[in-house]
Amino acid sequence: MKVTRFFQKSLGYLILVGGGLIMVVPFFWLFSSSLKAPGKIFVYPPQWIPNPVRLQNYVDVFDEVPVLLYFSNTLIITVFSTIGTVLCTILTGYGFARLRFKGRDTVFGILLATLMLPYVVTMIPIYVMFSKLHLVNTFLPLILPNYFGEAFYIFLLRQFFRTIPVELEDAARIDGASRLRIIFQIMVPLAKPAIIVVTIQSVLDNWNAFMQPLIFLSKQRLWTLALGLNSLQHQESGLDLTHLMMVMAVFMVTPVVIIYFLAQKQFIQGIVLTGMKA
Amino acid sequence: MKIEILGPVQTVRSRLSGWFAFTRKLQFEETVWGWILILPAILGVILFKLGPVLASLYFSFTKYEIISTPQWIGLANYQHLPQDELYMKSVSVTLNYSVLFIPLSVIVAYTIGLLMSLNLKGITIWRTMWYVPSLVPTVASAVIWRWALNPEFGPVNFPLKLLGLPYPGWLTDPDWIIRALVLIQLWGLGNAALIFLASIKGVPETYYEAAEVDGANAWTKFWNITIPMTSSVIFFQLIMSVIGSFQIFSVAYILFGGQTTSDPAGPGNAALFYVLYTYRNAFGYFRNGYASAMAWVLFAVVMILTILLFRTQKLWVYYEVEGGDRR
Repeated sequence: MKVTRFFQKSLGYLILVGGGLIMVVPFFWLFSSSLKAPGKIFVYPPQWIPNPVRLQNYVDVFDEVPVLLYFSNTLIITVFSTIGTVLCTILTGYGFARLRFKGRDTVFGILLATLMLPYVVTMIPIYVMFSKLHLVNTFLPLILPNYFGEAFYIFLLRQFFRTIPVELEDAARIDGASRLRIIFQIMVPLAKPAIIVVTIQSVLDNWNAFMQPLIFLSKQRLWTLALGLNSLQHQESGLDLTHLMMVMAVFMVTPVVIIYFLAQKQFIQGIVLTGMKA
Repeated sequence: MKIEILGPVQTVRSRLSGWFAFTRKLQFEETVWGWILILPAILGVILFKLGPVLASLYFSFTKYEIISTPQWIGLANYQHLPQDELYMKSVSVTLNYSVLFIPLSVIVAYTIGLLMSLNLKGITIWRTMWYVPSLVPTVASAVIWRWALNPEFGPVNFPLKLLGLPYPGWLTDPDWIIRALVLIQLWGLGNAALIFLASIKGVPETYYEAAEVDGANAWTKFWNITIPMTSSVIFFQLIMSVIGSFQIFSVAYILFGGQTTSDPAGPGNAALFYVLYTYRNAFGYFRNGYASAMAWVLFAVVMILTILLFRTQKLWVYYEVEGGDRR
């Protein structure tokens, strides 16, 4: 028994750690390649440690690509979209979770059904709508919809709000607290794990978004990092820019990874909590 | 709902009519607040979902080229679809991909979830390693995989090359492109794995203990406790996977979309996915009516599949009965 236990445990470790390493190998390579000289990236056998280490790449990229512009564009879209998503999700999530009124569950059902709706179906009319409003080639088509909530996040938060004891709220209401105060002073702190999940997911969604920026932002000065990196792939200037693509990719990945590590504990806890309740 | 604790007990007893008025007022207040709070969601559904869906249905019966006004042509767009070779190609590419991706995504994510649930030392670090790839933006992951799957220089073929075995041209051989894309997408499955992890961790320990008393081994415990207890999450992920897999776009566009819409999507259009072709029709060739018809066919397929899956639910999905008043 003890022997099999030991055997099982070792096997578990082997797969867990070995597989985990395989999962992160591409990362390691990305960072290492961002420090390689052009022409030293696609070589056989793969060169794991850059030789020589070329920090110059991180300077050159700014000459070749308007990185700061792309970065700030992406940041603007991400920040304003996330604010909208989080605010709207809290309010609507609470409405669906705690207030009883006729028609609520019907509306909620319709909202959930929209999850099935492929984006391509709505893509053309939404494009037409924003183009009629002369808002194509502005950030608004990417930001504005977030202020009307995202069905999946509303669902997530509603499920979480429903697990918070009603008595806590009732106590506050006896003291005469208003709805908004109840939401922001009682419910929000209690639902912190779920709100963190929504926030991080929304940041990731917007930071990494590709299709929507592609559709709505055709002017280069409005491009996001994702669009900038994509166009670098197709540059036909004859120069090998692979090393700069790696640097751009590092710029894109690093902020998300940092945010993830900062919020990791709450994030995982939040997913575990909401996942269980969902 | 526990109305009685909202009003002082004496008032309720002495003035019953007043109490009714009070609750009615509360009910009214609740209704008003309710509608105010969910108003953004309602507007969002109308503006960005239902409205566009209906508009798109209308466009699908028209010849519509953005600059012109839509011109009613009846079913012509739909009738043209089966005759469009590229369209049929995109259907077959997407189906080939989905047949592979849907089952694999659920199985792989579940397996990762299981691994993440092991009680081993340093588990948080190992979990992070498995999860972190899902943070990588599609564009960046395309850059990474373009190298990793490079037939000559990439590490995926490295062991095969070392052993002198034949190695596939992942991104150049039309037969392997779909498999390559499945592989890339599986790499970013961390979120689904985390949700599985949560559900696996949520299975009450007492069930396992009871099974152990009856002499169950790890395998029987897994099949008879873990799987049924997490079947609702498996079901949910399966649906999400179906919906997502038919809509694959970004990774295919970035790797094979080409610079212009006249280029084939990958060698022999091997990566001409359904949504990629729809996108090209809409924003490349400005055939918006035609693209809307394509989108509606996809929508119908996704809807039918989802409904069918919901029908099978009774057969294999286990839900715990939840009690208590949660409003």
